[in-house]
Order: sequence, then structure tokens, then C-alpha cells
Amino acid sequence: MEMFGKRRVAVIGAGMTLFRRNLKETGKELCWEAAKMALDQAGLELKDIEAVVMGTAPDAFDGVHMKGEYLADGAGARKKPYMRVFVGGGTGVFTPIAGWWHVASGMFDTCLVVAEEKMSSCFPHPAYAFHTIFDPIMARPLGVTLIWIFALEMHRYMHVHGIKKEQIARVAVKNKQNALDHPCAQLPQKITVEDVLNSEVLCWPVQRLDISPTSDGAAVAVLAAEHVAKQLTDNPVWIDGVGWCIDSTYWTNRDLYYPKYVECAARMAYKMAGIKNPPKEIDVAEVYDPFDYKELHHMEGLMLCRKGEAPRLTEEGVTQRDGDLPINPSGGLLGVGNPIAAAGMMKVCEIFWQLRGEAGKRQVKKDARTGLAQAWGDLMQYGSVIIMRS
Amino acid sequence: MSEKIKEYPGHRIKTADLRAGLVPLIRYKPEAKFAFSAGAAMSRFLEELKNGRILASVCKKCGRIMVPPRTFCEICFKPVDDYTYVKDTGKINTYSVSFIAADASRVKEPTIVAVIELDGASPGMGILHKIGEIDWKEVKFGMRVKAVWKPPEQREGAITDIKYFKPLKEGEE
Amino acid sequence: MKDVAVVGVGCVGFRPVTPELSYKELMFEAAMRAYEDAGVNPRKDIDAFITCAEDYWEGFSIFDEFVPDQLGAVLKHLFTVSADGLFGLITAYMLIKTGHFDIVAVEAHSKASDILTYEGIVNFAFDPIFNRPLGGHPYYVAGMEMNRYLCETGTTLEQCAMVAVKNKRNALANPHACYGANITVKDVLCSECQFYPLKKLEISPLSDGCIVTVLASEDVATKLTDKPVWIRGVGWCTETPCLETRDWGRAVYTELAAEMAYKTAGIKNPVKEIDFAEVCDMFAYKELQHLEALKLCRRGEAGNLVEEGVTQRDGELPVNPSGGMLGMGYALEASGLQRVLEAVLQLRGEAGKRQLPEVETGVVQTWRGIPTATGAVVVLSK
Repeated sequence: MEMFGKRRVAVIGAGMTLFRRNLKETGKELCWEAAKMALDQAGLELKDIEAVVMGTAPDAFDGVHMKGEYLADGAGARKKPYMRVFVGGGTGVFTPIAGWWHVASGMFDTCLVVAEEKMSSCFPHPAYAFHTIFDPIMARPLGVTLIWIFALEMHRYMHVHGIKKEQIARVAVKNKQNALDHPCAQLPQKITVEDVLNSEVLCWPVQRLDISPTSDGAAVAVLAAEHVAKQLTDNPVWIDGVGWCIDSTYWTNRDLYYPKYVECAARMAYKMAGIKNPPKEIDVAEVYDPFDYKELHHMEGLMLCRKGEAPRLTEEGVTQRDGDLPINPSGGLLGVGNPIAAAGMMKVCEIFWQLRGEAGKRQVKKDARTGLAQAWGDLMQYGSVIIMRS
Repeated sequence: MSEKIKEYPGHRIKTADLRAGLVPLIRYKPEAKFAFSAGAAMSRFLEELKNGRILASVCKKCGRIMVPPRTFCEICFKPVDDYTYVKDTGKINTYSVSFIAADASRVKEPTIVAVIELDGASPGMGILHKIGEIDWKEVKFGMRVKAVWKPPEQREGAITDIKYFKPLKEGEE
Repeated sequence: MKDVAVVGVGCVGFRPVTPELSYKELMFEAAMRAYEDAGVNPRKDIDAFITCAEDYWEGFSIFDEFVPDQLGAVLKHLFTVSADGLFGLITAYMLIKTGHFDIVAVEAHSKASDILTYEGIVNFAFDPIFNRPLGGHPYYVAGMEMNRYLCETGTTLEQCAMVAVKNKRNALANPHACYGANITVKDVLCSECQFYPLKKLEISPLSDGCIVTVLASEDVATKLTDKPVWIRGVGWCTETPCLETRDWGRAVYTELAAEMAYKTAGIKNPVKEIDFAEVCDMFAYKELQHLEALKLCRRGEAGNLVEEGVTQRDGELPVNPSGGMLGMGYALEASGLQRVLEAVLQLRGEAGKRQLPEVETGVVQTWRGIPTATGAVVVLSK
């Protein structure tokens, strides 16, 4: 096994705030609240933390240039080594990966991993922040929006595999239903496939209920080296594999039907974790679902099923909490909310709680020993993957 | 969330309170303006748009004809200084129909957007643009389209010198 | 744990403007040079790529999107560190130390000339509730800090001016520097007082450019090159973002970062063990404050060192032989790597006219500029 002779890193505590469209707390306060919870869970105090890693998405949301610097004291980084990583929507899962190398390198024994987003500061609508994610020569003059390009990807995926909207809508139904059991969830709902299909058309084939909301929130994990983790807890959750990958900026030069970059990130993580047969070896997965079709798209990229097969698995109930391969038992971004970096981190926290058997009403039926969290970002080009074991 | 935790931090602000001005807000508009250098390849591309032509670059190593043009091949990681023109016709790789504007408000006339694979470029080399002169329900995958250019005197060296792409009838080029 | 070395460097610039190149073309050129220098093929050999960028310097919301192609990182393992290039270098060091990565590339650049509203963007970094509404040119913070530093240490205005004179003169011998000049202390002191007590010629002007460095694990480094430059120690620290509670006289962020870097490097007596330093001189007084924080002299003593010529190229402790930021320009997040570039060239004996004789170990330090209190320190050796 690849881990031999290398340092093993554990998650020993996690915390998060409510996810809501508008929260009263500032970004700093959200960081602090989630960090306090994670530290309490780990049985540590801030003075025990040797380094801090920040994950937060575009500065344009919070409305502060170099917002990593601005958030530092809220994240507990005062007078500590502090680093911010940023890979667009992939940031949430990438942040604990950065925490992993802080500890795995032997530089630190403990690391606080903080992910925050306060999208509501972007006024009058967070969507404005997305205008400047596009190429200023080829795309911005056309008035391009974020939903345009995701609709282009969704449509291509549907076209290549002959997938119907009804099949995709089931993801939204499942995840919003799962979120009913998540106390921090922003959009828990009992809805039907018809509700999704009858919801407002935003950019065909994307409809209102296909999409996750904009949100404020923070999520935090505490990481520790093996010898520290074993002193502090009887049930650490190990980070056994990490992977990330980026595809070309020229997204109009790629076939959008399949996220090759997610496959490449997953291969990196599986190799490190010694996983040969992902569908058999992964017990529970939190895959990135800002749109319902993305859950299916990403399951395929993660090689949890064959290309074009994810809609059928969803129809058959395989991805339900009591299914063989539970996907997004938390409720995902569609149900819990989507404060970008914090949302990805929430997925990592969910896997932590699932593997510890602490997820309460959300606990998956099968005995979950190995879990996966994944996020997706940039211009439909980034994958970040983390594999955890109890 | 762990079942061990019973209190969840965060206080929601109601949209009604926000609208009623009951929440203290500090408004600030950043002063952030940029003038991007288009660079060697894209400067030529923009100049050629004024002439009603679409410029591509050619990698001598892998042979790819790339749109938009670039001074390097990202696959071979070699400099590229060969240029060629591709046609202003192509086929729809994927499309969507937008009923909302950038600020999430609804628009009266939907915008049809598409990735168009241009004739003469390597397979899969598309650009993003709009589709016009067709009802959105009639658009099909693989449909052949052609650029509709602004009159020469109105062109400014921008991607919007092409107004949109329109469908080609069968046999038309 | 194995050691880590810098095995390749590539640089374009630095120049006040680069209208002929897009940021992508700038990065491609620097990357080509670095990979050539290291003898690696990015499409096959490099295990991870790091770019160091901040969105508002670039004019993009997620700049990470626009990076992979020109670095050879398409379908490879690239990510962004939102910080100065030296933080990227430290991150590459950590990745290699995990034992899972052998070769990592680090990129940082500046296309400052694309920014039309530099002050507006720096203002946008201030606390939106407490500080930003006060307005004004953001550099007033440097004026306040300089004043406090002078008051606490007794350093004189002349001594600060001497830093600008020295660095601009050093820059004349550096082909990568665009702000070299032969000026006098009087020229500096008589230049416009912009943020009392800070003078115009004590402030680094902006510049464009790009640096790519390639790092490798011990086994690989020794195969790739005869002149590896070893990373012996790294440290970084954020004091606090709050203007209200920070230490205005000392560079606490550098003191703590240096402590960490010297500890990892096993350096007990920096004055004896460090042969030269490349430190942040965004404002002339910062060089002095940073030298003290790096324990290269006692507190309040840095002014005397520059006055006595100790920090000249031919002095006992050369500081910023490259010309520093006053000579090369403030290249935004590439600043830290500007200094790494100089240190690597000096340690390889490739620094041309400005080569220092018999140098074994150098220290490189960076500060993230106004309004931050964040810095990093790296110790490099032959």
C-alpha cells in the first residue's frame, strides 16, 4: 500500500453553521462559529492548533479583495501559519486536501481547515459575481451567464446518452428529501418529479428546481497526525486518498458529455487509497450536486458506475440512503444549500459523521467504512476528490 | 451534522426585513477596472474579425487547427506561430435557451446559446455564440449554422462582430 | 523525510508595461524557460502545478480557470494558492515532503499594467465595516507604520532613503530590473512626500513579469542537476488582519515566520549562518524592519547597517543584491519569487555582474503588502 512509510492524517472533529440565503453573521463570525464547534468536537482548543488552512471562493461574493487575509482572525489564524487555496467550486473538497499535506508533510501535527462563503454580500444578486469568471474576449461580450454554460453541459450529457429530464429530476427529489433530516439545511423539501418538471424554466434544460440556492455558511474540520489523533479519539476518520485535476480553459474545445477531469482526480485518489474497484469499495459518497444532473455526471466521472448508467441507478433507488450506493445522504447542495467552499466542506464533514456513525436520522443503512467526497469547479474543468476510511 | 450537536450556529435574516431596511448594511462599489492585453494571437484574431474572417492557429506537432488561436499548443506544450482561416459555418455541438438575464431577472425574448464546431477547425473545436433567425423549439443537435456578420463599417474587432449564427438550409453552404 | 531542492527557474520581465503579451503568453514563456532549465517535460514529468494569484489583481472571479493551458497542466494536478509566490514555493515543499510527489512547478506573475484602478483594488482589501469607509489612498497605512517604526527604533529618515539609493543602484546590474537608477540620498529626501514620512522614491512602482520555479525531491533533484539549490527551512505567518490590534513598530509576522524557518533549517545564529538576504522592500523602511525581524541584526540596528555599507553588494551582509522591489518593481504575487530567483542565481554562481563571492546560504522573505500583516521566510542553500 502506498501509505507505507508515509504519514497518515485523520479528521478528528467537524462543525458547521446553518446554511441560509442571508445570515446575520459576518464571514469572520461564520468561520469562528464553525471552528469552535469543530474544536469542541475534537476536544482541542485554538492554542493546540499549529496551522490553519482557508478555503473560500471568489472574493467578489464577500466583497473583499484578498478575502483570505480578511477572514484570518475569524478562522483562528492569528499569529499562526495560514494558507488559502482556491480552485473555484472545487475549493470545498480541496481545502481539507491542503490540510492533509500540511500534516502529511510532517510540518504540523494539527491543522484547522476552514471553509467559508458569504454570498449574500454580493448585491443585489450573487449572480453578478459570476460575470467575471468568463474570458473577456471570447465570452463576456456575449452577455454569458453561469446557467447558460451549465445548461450547455447538461444538454450535451442528455443528448449523448439519451437521458430524459424525468430521470434527472429524481436527483433533486432525493436530495431535497434527504435534507429534511439535516438540521442546518436551507431547502429541505418533499417534492415530486412533476414539481421539478413544472418549475420555472431558467435556461432550457435547466429549471428552477434543478438548481441549488445561493447561501451563506461555514464548515470546518480538525485534522491531526496519527499519533495525536489516537490520543484524542477512539474513532478517527483517516484521509487515505486525495486527488485533483484541471482540464483546459478552452471548454468549448472539449466534449462536455463526460467530466474527464473528475476521472483523472478520482484515479489519483483511488491509487493513493489503494482502491481498485470503486463501486464495490466505496460505501457512501457525497458528490457535487449544484445542479441535479451534476450528481449523475460526477458518479460517472468517479467511475462509481459506467458512462450513462447513473440515471438508471437513481431510478432503481441504488443511490438512496438505504440503497447499495448511497449518494448525498446529507441532502447535498440541492437540499442543504450551496455556500460554495463551505458546501464542499460540508460534504467532507458529512462523510466524517457517516463513517463515525454519528449522522443520526441521515445515517446510511449499510455499514459504511469507506467514503468519498468530491467537488467540481472553475469553467466545468476542475475535480477534487477525497477518500476517507473509519 | 453530528447527532451529538443540538444547537446550530447562525441567525437567518428574513428577506422582508432586508427589504424594509431593518438590517444595517454598508454599501460599497469597488473601483476595479481593467484593460486586458489581448496578446499576440488574440490581437490578430480580433483584427481578422473586422475583415469578416475567423483566424485559427495550427500546431505543427499534433496538427490541430485551434479556435480561438493561441501562441502555444496546450497538449504538446510547444510554441505555435502558424495561422490559418476556418470557415464561418459549422454545426451545433450543444445548445441551451436562456429565459433569464445576468441579474437573474426574466427576459422577454429567450436567448439561444450554443457551442458551434466550426468547419475547417479540428473536430470538437467549438466556440460559444448565439443562434438567431429560428424559433428555439426548432433548434437541433448537429444542426448546420452560418455566421451573420455586422456590416463592415460597424465592426470593432470583437466577438460581437458576429451578430449570431443562423441555421443553414439543406444544400446551403 | 527527504530534502527538497529548486532545480529550475524561468523568468520573463520585469518591465513597467507588457502590452504585446497577454497574461497567458507571459506565463507560457516563463514556464518554457523554467522547464528547459530543469530539464523536465511538463506533460510527462511534473506531478503537481501551483499558481499563485488573487482574483482582483487579475480581473477575474476565478482566475484558476485560466491557468492550466499555458503551464502545460491540462488534465494535470494544478491548483491556486491565493498568496504570494513564496507561499506557493512553501506549498510545493510540503507536497514533496509528503512523499507522494517528486516534481512540482510553482508559478506567480504580475500583469499590473492591465489594472486601471490599482488604489481602488487595494482599498477593496480593507475591512468593509471599520476601515474602508474612511477612504483615502491605502498607502497611508505605510506612512503610519513607518512613523511608528522610526519612533520606536530611532532609525533616521536618511537611513531609510539609503535603502532606496542602494537598491536602485543594485538594479542597474540586473537585467531583470527596470527601475535601476543612480540617485543620491538627497534625491530621495527631496522627492515628493506622499504619505508622511514616506517619500515618492521610497515606494516601489508596479511592474509586469512572470516567474516559474521547479522543485524536486532529493533523489530526483540530484539526477536533474549538478547545481540544486536546497530548501533548508520554511516559515510563514499571519499576525492579524486587524489594523487596530497589530504591532505597528515590528514586523511580527516575519519574526514568527523566521523563527519557524530557522528552526526547520537548524539555524541557531542567523547573523553568522546567513550570507545574504533578499527581503521585501515595497517601501524603503520595510527592508530595515524586515532585517530586524529576520534577526539579521538587533532591533533598531538595521539603519546603522545600511549607513555603514554592510548591506551593500560588497558588504558583510548583502541585502537585495537584485535591486529589490525598489529596483525590479512591485510585481504583485510574483514578488516572493523575484527574490527566490535572485537567491537561486546567486547560489548557482549565475548572477553575472552582481554575483556575490562565496555565498552558501541565503534567506528570502516576503510580505503580502497593504493592508496585510502576513509574511513568509525561506532559507536556501547550495
